[in-house]
Amino acid sequence: MSSVEFRKELFADERQDDLKQIGRPAIRQDIRGHVTGRTAYYDDHLFERLLHMRCARSPHHHARIRSVDTSEAARMPGVQRIVLAKDVPNNLNTLLSLINFGKDDEPLIAGTKVSYRGEAVAAVIAETELQARQAAAAIRVDWEVLPHVLDVEEALKPDAPQVNAVYPDNTFDYEPYDHVKLRFGDVHKGFAAADEIVEATYQMSPIEQAPMETCGAIAVPETADRILCHTGTQALFFSLGTTAKLLDMPSSRLHFVGGTVGGGFGGKVDSITEPMAVLGAVLTGRPVKFQWDREEEMQVGAPRGAERWVIRDGVMRDGRIVARSFTGYFDSGAYTRLSSYAGTKGVGHLPGPYSIPNVAANVFCIFTNRTPATAMRGFGITGVDFAIECHMDRVAERVGIDPISLRILNAYRDGDMKAHRRTAKNTALVECCQVVADKAGWRLSAEDRAASSLTGTTAERQAIPETALDEEGRIGERRAGRVTGTAPTERSTGRLPAGTRGRDHAAIPVQRPDMEILSERVGHRMPDPAEAGGAPPLAAAAPARPTPPAASPPPARPASASPPPASPPHAAPAPPPAPPRQPEPAQPAHRSEPTAPTAPARGGHDPAPPAQPKPYEPDKPFSRGVNRPGVSRFLTGRRR
Amino acid sequence: MPKIPVRFTLNEAEVGLFVEPQSNLLEALRRGAGDLSPKYGCGQGTCGACTVLIDGEPHLSCLTLAEAAEGRRIETTAGLAQGSSLHALQTAFIEGFAAQCGYCTPGMLMAAKALLDRNPRPSREEVIDAISGNLCRCTGYEPIVDAILAATEGRAA
Amino acid sequence: MIEIERLDDVARAPAPGPDVRVLAGGTLVMRALNYGGHGIGRILRLTDPALREIHSEGGGVRIGAAATMADVLAAPDLAALHPAAQVVGGPAIRNMATVGGNLFAPHPYGDFAMALLAANAQVHWADGRAEPIEAMLGARGRSAGIVAAVTVPRLQHSEFRFRKVSRTKPKGVSLMSIAAHLPRAGGRLGDVRIGFGAMGDRPLRATGAEQALSGRSLDPAAIDAACAACLDGLAPADDPLASEWYRRQVAPIHLRRLLEEVR
Ligand SMILES: Cc1cc2nc3c(=O)[nH]c(=O)nc-3n(C[C@H](O)[C@H](O)[C@H](O)COP(=O)(O)OP(=O)(O)OC[C@H]3O[C@@H](n4cnc5c(N)ncnc54)[C@H](O)[C@@H]3O)c2cc1C
Repeated sequence: MSSVEFRKELFADERQDDLKQIGRPAIRQDIRGHVTGRTAYYDDHLFERLLHMRCARSPHHHARIRSVDTSEAARMPGVQRIVLAKDVPNNLNTLLSLINFGKDDEPLIAGTKVSYRGEAVAAVIAETELQARQAAAAIRVDWEVLPHVLDVEEALKPDAPQVNAVYPDNTFDYEPYDHVKLRFGDVHKGFAAADEIVEATYQMSPIEQAPMETCGAIAVPETADRILCHTGTQALFFSLGTTAKLLDMPSSRLHFVGGTVGGGFGGKVDSITEPMAVLGAVLTGRPVKFQWDREEEMQVGAPRGAERWVIRDGVMRDGRIVARSFTGYFDSGAYTRLSSYAGTKGVGHLPGPYSIPNVAANVFCIFTNRTPATAMRGFGITGVDFAIECHMDRVAERVGIDPISLRILNAYRDGDMKAHRRTAKNTALVECCQVVADKAGWRLSAEDRAASSLTGTTAERQAIPETALDEEGRIGERRAGRVTGTAPTERSTGRLPAGTRGRDHAAIPVQRPDMEILSERVGHRMPDPAEAGGAPPLAAAAPARPTPPAASPPPARPASASPPPASPPHAAPAPPPAPPRQPEPAQPAHRSEPTAPTAPARGGHDPAPPAQPKPYEPDKPFSRGVNRPGVSRFLTGRRR
Repeated sequence: MPKIPVRFTLNEAEVGLFVEPQSNLLEALRRGAGDLSPKYGCGQGTCGACTVLIDGEPHLSCLTLAEAAEGRRIETTAGLAQGSSLHALQTAFIEGFAAQCGYCTPGMLMAAKALLDRNPRPSREEVIDAISGNLCRCTGYEPIVDAILAATEGRAA
Repeated sequence: MIEIERLDDVARAPAPGPDVRVLAGGTLVMRALNYGGHGIGRILRLTDPALREIHSEGGGVRIGAAATMADVLAAPDLAALHPAAQVVGGPAIRNMATVGGNLFAPHPYGDFAMALLAANAQVHWADGRAEPIEAMLGARGRSAGIVAAVTVPRLQHSEFRFRKVSRTKPKGVSLMSIAAHLPRAGGRLGDVRIGFGAMGDRPLRATGAEQALSGRSLDPAAIDAACAACLDGLAPADDPLASEWYRRQVAPIHLRRLLEEVR
């Protein structure tokens, strides 16, 4: 029945073959509930006097809201309450603000303009779902339709419509550039030396995760002034934090119940239905269900975003790829959601599993008037992998080499240097190719059959080459018309000496001391303050670390803290108690040198930080797993 | 608008309810009768998660007007087991790992039961046709088809 | 609010107004209702048991408008139409979807209506009027009324061919369907009728292909001519299932496969 096949003869000496579960049939612990219909998803909880919430949505890709007329809807049967932008206490958020990445750029309910078709402009809460639908349809919006842009490259033009006011250039800020840069060696020198140049563009469309259960939540006023929220979220604490932030209420008032998800695939992290339902419950004092129907799931449910990749390879006649450049465009849709992260993650994956001495990439996260994009099964990776592997076939055709052979020739071997300056280990593409060829009855040469991931690295392949640097594409330059090119430029403005490794960084400071990473749990050695010569461990820096933006859930503490400034009153008729305001963050604690050539994106947007304790730098690169005496070798970061 | 009285049998028990005039059977079963085993997935008949048996034949409860259930015999996954002993299909689904998130499972089981009640020895093609109106998104069709076939063997034994 | 009314005796049905919907199997009406029922004021439930009957009548078969696809599949007299009924949705849809509803199902639905078009069915309205299905489909949306039944001539199974092209199998919406009635006498074809589904806003006849075949023998030259002419007068649309271009490209290919199967 199972189509899984184990190739245990491969890398056998690196593995302790004591697997107890993998490869053996198992009974799911939750399956009895599934087959008896007793598994309780979020909607499988019944409440007396349940109300239903439905949204009025934009029919336009891009439009200013002149006014919203709810008078007819408010008079319709069963209608309990109409909810508008002004009812959302803190109506601007970005998902990753919970980890201090990116600027707040998206309202829960649009108040001044809509930037994609289907964006919510109002919600109706009524006794029955049909009543809520009919009243939502009776809401009249006076639209001023604006020009829209639906194509990533169009959106980069200086005269393109501005999609998102927070990012006026239509690009996410990867400080200091409007894109993520990857530079390794000198691609243009590589192209000049190559026998052939192979360039092509690959386009992926958005893909809806389409879980069987649509996104939704039920919020119920509980005793002790708390709100109970049953939700189908994939990210319970994300949804809780986001709800607390948008509704400006302490997270201690929120009781979230979830974990039983009717399919997610990434589409249930965006935390929209939870704040909506909780807001409804706060405003009406009754249980409120906010559930997307299938059309909403398809239209406004954030998909895997569209991606466009331009790949340019310099290839030698013998098939060696000597230079590869990427220009990547992630279509974020109207708001950031998780696309900023997809961009960074995608760059970390380049140039694919191949050893290429000169690599450059410019990767943009671009705002267009399309449905915002979010997570889906390997997002940031799957699209570019598709492009890379199509391109490998194209290269093979151009140089007249068997496509599998081309892959084996260029595949990473253990010990090779990767473009982001980490040494490749546990590589297995060669063996993968051999097994696939075998299965497909594809003939490989004796040489290809003899190849191995364990051999073949050379001093040259292990080295970090001298790297050409450039400064092109600083934030704002494109809109001002000073830059037009998107591909990695030929005009280098500096060289980084061969062998420069760059530095490892802990990406994001933790928000609260209790979120500190414990070395026993992650497995890499934390510097001992005494031993590390002054570099304080992360926890020591915590008090000086700025807190997240004002409205995020306040720490559940402090009698000892100085009394917070009073928060301004807000428009919600039944506002939840305002949390104590925290001082605005000055700056995330960790930044790289601006010149660091392989710097991954970081979330800072502000000017240079005030004097801070020296950022934490692990003395060993992060590796997954634990490596402790007495613990199975299988659990170490070695090959699995 | 007054509610409408409806009576039917649900898993052999008599049920009497008042329903909203335009409401569907799925809502009546879930919120009225408290049987939460049929699921809402689309409200347009495309997903099959709300499949129930009416007089032994599979129907989409989300596309059935609640009052049209008057006097009919309705079966759902909640009534599939006899006391604590599971139906052969349920056992086969458990053993064959034929569910992941589980949301399509009640509909799948009802579609499969209708088939087996009519045709205890179906071919693989007949099984595939029987569940063709039921979507699964966790990529489980193969194990589901295998489990349904396994259930038929279990019965014969 | 939407009113619901039973219609136990179709002969006494009121003439439905513009905001009245007849609810037969409900696979489309209930969907509209679940999504807000916009534009629907009143619903007439077809509960008259006579509407579900299928029986022989004269030289043909009378199919009650409320007969479901499953009912059609259970009627041996309608064997020639079974391939069309068999591909309407999955089993649950076939237990619900009615023949009458299929006559009104918008693009890309209407596979069974398209087969009825190729079969030259007559449509019988509850008020006693009767008209050829082609006329009924042509006026669809502009004329109101309740269909009581359709009658189809008795078809030789071997002379009737149906083909549905969809992306998912066995259930999947048509990106195109084709039916052909190919009566033969003395080695030659008689009056050929060919229908295309999902190649326009309603089931349509491929008159060019019909003319190329009628009265000829079904040889490669005739098939070539039929395929070359099959798009005459058709204007397929772009939709999420297929582009106009794609439909034009593949229509002759699928027609050819269907015709070569018969030869
Ligand atoms: C998941 C799914 C898959 C489907 N797949 C297919 C498919 O593969 N092929 C296909 O052709 N269709 C398909 N359909 C569409 C639909 O189910 C069929 O067309 C069906 O035959 C419609 O009949 P009904 O009785 O359900 O119609 P209803 O929903 O009851 O009515 C549909 C329309 O017809 C009118 N109407 C119905 N009966 C009469 C009457 N007697 N007189 C006057 N007006 C009447 C109604 O007023 C309404 O406007 C599918 C639908 C769904 C939900």
